[in-house]
Amino acid sequence: MKARVFVTLKNGVLDPQGKAIGHALNNLGFEAVGEVRQGKLIDIELADKDESRARTSLKEMCEKLLANTVIEKYEIELKP
Amino acid sequence: MTAITQKIVREHGLNEDEYARIKRLLNREPNLVELGIFSVMWSEHCSYKSTRVHLRKLPTKGGVVIQGPGENAGVIDIGDGDACVFKMESHNHPSFIEPYQGAATGVGGIMRDVFTMGARPVAMMNALRFGEPSHEKTRHLVSGVVSGIGGYGNCMGVPTVGGEVNFHRSYNGNILVNAMCVGLARTDRIFLSAAKGAGNPVVYIGSKTGRDGIHGATMASAEFNEDSEEKRPTVQVGDPFTEKLLLEACLELMATDAIVAIQDMGAAGLTSSSAEMADKGGAGIELDLDHVPQREANMTAYEMMLSESQERMLAVLKPGREAQAEAIFKKWELDFAVIGITTNTKRLVVKHKGRIVADMPVTSLSDEAPLYERPYQKRTPRQDAPAFDTSRPVMESLVKIIASPDMCSRRWVWEQYDNSVMADTIQMPGGDAAVVRVHGTDKALAMTTDVTPRYCKADPFEGAKQAVAEAWRNLTAVGATPLAVTDNLNFGNPERPETMGEIVGAIDGIGEACRALSFPVVSGNCSLYNETHGEPILPTPAIGGVGLIRDVTRMATIAFKRGGDTIILIGDTKGHLGQSIYLREIEGLEEGAPPPVDLVAEKRNGDFIRRLIEQGRVDTVHDISDGGLLVALAEMAMSALIGAELFANERAGVPFFFGEDQARYLVAAPWAVSEQILAEAAKAAVPVLRLGRTGGVDLILAPDKRIAISQLWTAHEAWFPGYMEAGPR
Amino acid sequence: MKSAVIVFPASNRDRDTAEVLEKVIGKKPHMVWHADSEMPNVDLIVIPGGFSYGDYLRCGAMAAQSHIMRDVIAKANKGVAVLGICNGFQILTESRLLPGALMRNAGLKFVSKPVPVEVEETQSMFTRRYKKKQRVVYPVAHGEGNYFADEDTLDRLEGEGRVVFRYAGGENPNGSARDIAGVLNEKRNVMGLMPHPECACDPLLGPPDGLGLFEGLVEALS
Repeated sequence: MKARVFVTLKNGVLDPQGKAIGHALNNLGFEAVGEVRQGKLIDIELADKDESRARTSLKEMCEKLLANTVIEKYEIELKP
Repeated sequence: MTAITQKIVREHGLNEDEYARIKRLLNREPNLVELGIFSVMWSEHCSYKSTRVHLRKLPTKGGVVIQGPGENAGVIDIGDGDACVFKMESHNHPSFIEPYQGAATGVGGIMRDVFTMGARPVAMMNALRFGEPSHEKTRHLVSGVVSGIGGYGNCMGVPTVGGEVNFHRSYNGNILVNAMCVGLARTDRIFLSAAKGAGNPVVYIGSKTGRDGIHGATMASAEFNEDSEEKRPTVQVGDPFTEKLLLEACLELMATDAIVAIQDMGAAGLTSSSAEMADKGGAGIELDLDHVPQREANMTAYEMMLSESQERMLAVLKPGREAQAEAIFKKWELDFAVIGITTNTKRLVVKHKGRIVADMPVTSLSDEAPLYERPYQKRTPRQDAPAFDTSRPVMESLVKIIASPDMCSRRWVWEQYDNSVMADTIQMPGGDAAVVRVHGTDKALAMTTDVTPRYCKADPFEGAKQAVAEAWRNLTAVGATPLAVTDNLNFGNPERPETMGEIVGAIDGIGEACRALSFPVVSGNCSLYNETHGEPILPTPAIGGVGLIRDVTRMATIAFKRGGDTIILIGDTKGHLGQSIYLREIEGLEEGAPPPVDLVAEKRNGDFIRRLIEQGRVDTVHDISDGGLLVALAEMAMSALIGAELFANERAGVPFFFGEDQARYLVAAPWAVSEQILAEAAKAAVPVLRLGRTGGVDLILAPDKRIAISQLWTAHEAWFPGYMEAGPR
Repeated sequence: MKSAVIVFPASNRDRDTAEVLEKVIGKKPHMVWHADSEMPNVDLIVIPGGFSYGDYLRCGAMAAQSHIMRDVIAKANKGVAVLGICNGFQILTESRLLPGALMRNAGLKFVSKPVPVEVEETQSMFTRRYKKKQRVVYPVAHGEGNYFADEDTLDRLEGEGRVVFRYAGGENPNGSARDIAGVLNEKRNVMGLMPHPECACDPLLGPPDGLGLFEGLVEALS
C-alpha cells in the first residue's frame, strides 16, 4: 500500500516562504495569484494491507515525527 | 556491445587524434566503458593537458612545503608539529546550471580534498564572480550560490570566514565559484593517495552510487551553449549531513594505522580515484563493480565508473584491517565495501557481473594522456594612460564608489555563513585577511583570496603578479608571515591562441611574484573553457594565500582603534589610474595599463609593516587596493565609526586619492609611535607620508570637504540588500 | 559538579560547548553518543548546536525521537538541569520539553552575526549571574530560529517569568514572536535559547558575555 502525507502550516501561522513565492509569482506577471501557502509531501510505502490499520499507524507517524503539531497540520492519502 | 562510432567519440569530448592515441595505447578499439574512462581522465579537468607544461614553471618547493601540487591538497609546516593543508577549487559550470547544488557540492568536494589528507577542515573561503547586476540571471545566481555555500559549510560546522564577490558582464553566462578549504593536521599524520603494494584491499566508503553527474568532468571542460540549461540532470546533489559523518569517520579511521592510501571520489568518481591512486603507487588495481554500494537499480559498469555521486571516498587498507575499518563506518552509519584489490600488473581492470569490462595500462590514463603545447599569442599589454575629468568633486566620487556593486559591503553575503563555529575565528570577514586560531594554541592562520581580473585582462603577466602581491599584502596587513598559496586559474578556451596567451602570461606572472616573495604554490586547480558564445570571461587567476601569526595577541585589524592616532601612508603613490575602480565607476572607462607591481618594493614595505605588528607597536593596518587610498581610509573609518581628518597636502587630487599604486598600506598609531615609524621608515628606504589624524565622527579631506562616517556607512551597506530584495530570485 | 554533552550525528558545536564546560567546571563533560540509551548520572545536560541528522524533515525533529532523548526527558522531569542551545533548543521544543516551535527565519536566510540580547529573567539557575535587563552580546547562527507559540502560551510564558532572553536594540534576527530568544520550562530546570553563549566565552573572539551563564550554572549546581 502506498501513502501520501501532506504537511502544511496551520492556518494562521505565518508562512514567510509561501509569502515569498506569492510575491515572486506576482512579479512574474501572474497577477491573479492571491495567498500562497507551501508545505511538504511525503510518499511512504507500507507493507500493511489493511487500510484502517495503515491509517492508524500513519496518523501516529504524523503525530510523532512527520508533523510538528504546534505549527503544522497534516493530511493522509492512501492508495491501495 | 555498442560499436564506437565517430559520433560517440565526439560526444565524449575526444578528438580524432586522441581517439587514435587510445587505440594505439590499447592495441585495439576501446569498448564503451573504456572510452568513458579515457574521456574523463583525458579531459582538461583531470589531465591539465593544456596547462601542465606551463604549470611546471611555478615554484612549488621551499622551506615550509611538505607536499606540493599533485596530491589532493597542499601541505605546509606551521611549526610545533602542526601542518596546514589547503587547496582552492572551482565549481563554475555546475553552479551556473544549478547554483545552490553546484556551489554546495563545490564546498563538499574541496573539504573532502582536505580531510582525505588527514586534516580537519577549520576554515572555508570562496571567490565568486557573477555577471553584471542588471543581467536577468544574476540575482538568482547570487542567491543560489550564497545559500548553497552556507547550506553545506554551515552544516559541516566549518566556519566560512571570507572571500570575494565581484560582478562583471564577462561572467554573465559563466559565473565563477571558487572554494578554498583550510585544514589542520599533524605533520607526521599526513595521508597520501599512492596505493603502494600488491594484494591490499581497496575499500569504498561513504554514500551509495547513483546516476548523478555522469560526465560532469567532461562538462566542466566544454564551453557553454544554449542547451547547457538542459544539462540539469547531470548536476550532483550534495548531502552535507553524510559528509559530516564521513569526515568524522575518516578522521577516526586515520587515527588507526590501517590506511595505505586514501583519496576522495571527486570529478570522475571511481575512475579518477582508482586510476590516480594506482598511478601514484606504481601499482595496478582490480575492481569488482558488483560490490559497489548502489542507490539505483540496474546500473551499468559505464554508469558506475563515471558517476559523480558525492560524499564518497576510496581507500587502500593494509591487509586484514577490513573489519576494523568496517566497524568505524558502521558506527557512523555509512556504507563500507571491499570492492577490489591492488595488483602488481600496473593495469586498471574492472569487472562487472563476472566479466572484464575494462582493462588498460594505468599509465595510459596518466603519463600517456595527451599533453599539449598549444600555440599562444601574447597580447601587447596595454600601455595607454586614459584621460579623465580632473575637476569632479572627490567626496561625491568616494560615496559613489563605496556604494557600487563591486566595492560595497558584502555583509549580506557573509551573514549567511556561520563564521563563529569552532570558536577560533579571530578576524571575521570584512578585514584584509581572515584570522583563525590554531585550536588550543596561541598561533593563528591568516588567509585570503585575491585577484583583480580587469588588471589581468589588460596585462595577464602584471595582473597575475598583482594577484599574488595583493594576497601577500593582505596577509602581511594582519601581521601574518605569508607562507604559501593555492591557485585557481579560471580562463576561456585554451584552443584560442589569445586565451592561451593569457594563461601563459598569468602563470609566468604568478611564478615571478611567488619566487620573489618566497611564496610557493602548493596546490591548485585549472578551470578552462569558461566562455559563452565564444566570449571568454576576464582572465581570473584567483590566488588563495595562507600565512602564520605566531602570537595571536600581536595582530592588526583595519578598524581605527582610538581618536588622536596619526595616520601614515606607507609606500610610493604615483597616482596610477589605469584600470582603476575610479575610472570604471566614475568615468565609465575600462582602460589603460594596470598598476605595475614592483616586487622589491612589495617585499620591503611589507616586511617593514609586519615587523611593526609583530613587535606589538601597531594594531591598525589596511592594505590599499581596489579604489585606492581614499577608499581604504573610508573602510578603516567605517569599521570603527571613528572619523579622520587629513593634513594639508598639495598632491591631494583624484590621482592621489584614487590611484591604485601597489605595495601600499595605511597605518594608524599613537603620535609617539608614529614619529618613530616615520624615522625608521626613512632609514629603511620605505616611502612614507604623514597623512592625517583619527577622531571625530566625520571624514574631513579639507575644511570645506567633509562627510559624516555614518553617512558613508549607510551608502556602503545599502547596495547589496537593496539589490537582492529588489526582484525575484 | 558533573555535566554531559549529547552528540548527535552532525552536531557541530559539541566541541565548543564541551571546552567551555571544562573551563568553568574544571572537569571534562561526558560526551554522550545519540545511540546510547542511558545518560550518565550528571547535574547538567547540554544539547549543543549543529544540524542533528542533517536537520532533515524539520530541525531537531529526528533527534527528538532518538534513544538518548527518552532518557533526557525522564531526567528533565526529575529536575536535572537541561540546556539546549540553537539546534538544542529546536530539539527541546520538538521533544515538548519546552513550549512553542522554531520556524524558518522571517528573512528566509541563514543568519550569522553577533546580536544584542537582554536578560529578561534572572530568577533561574541559568541567568542568576546576570542583572535584570542586562544587555549581552552573543553570536547567532541559524536558519530556523523564529520562535512561535500561540498568544495564550506567549502570555503565560511572560506572566510566569519564563521568557529568559529577548533580542534587544531593535535587532530581532529571525522574526521571533515578542523578540523571544530563550525560554524556560515550567519547573525552570530546562532552558533553550537560539544564540550561542558558548561562543562568547573567549575575550579574543569578542566580549566574553556568555561566561556568566555557565558560571551561574556551576554556582547553582555545585
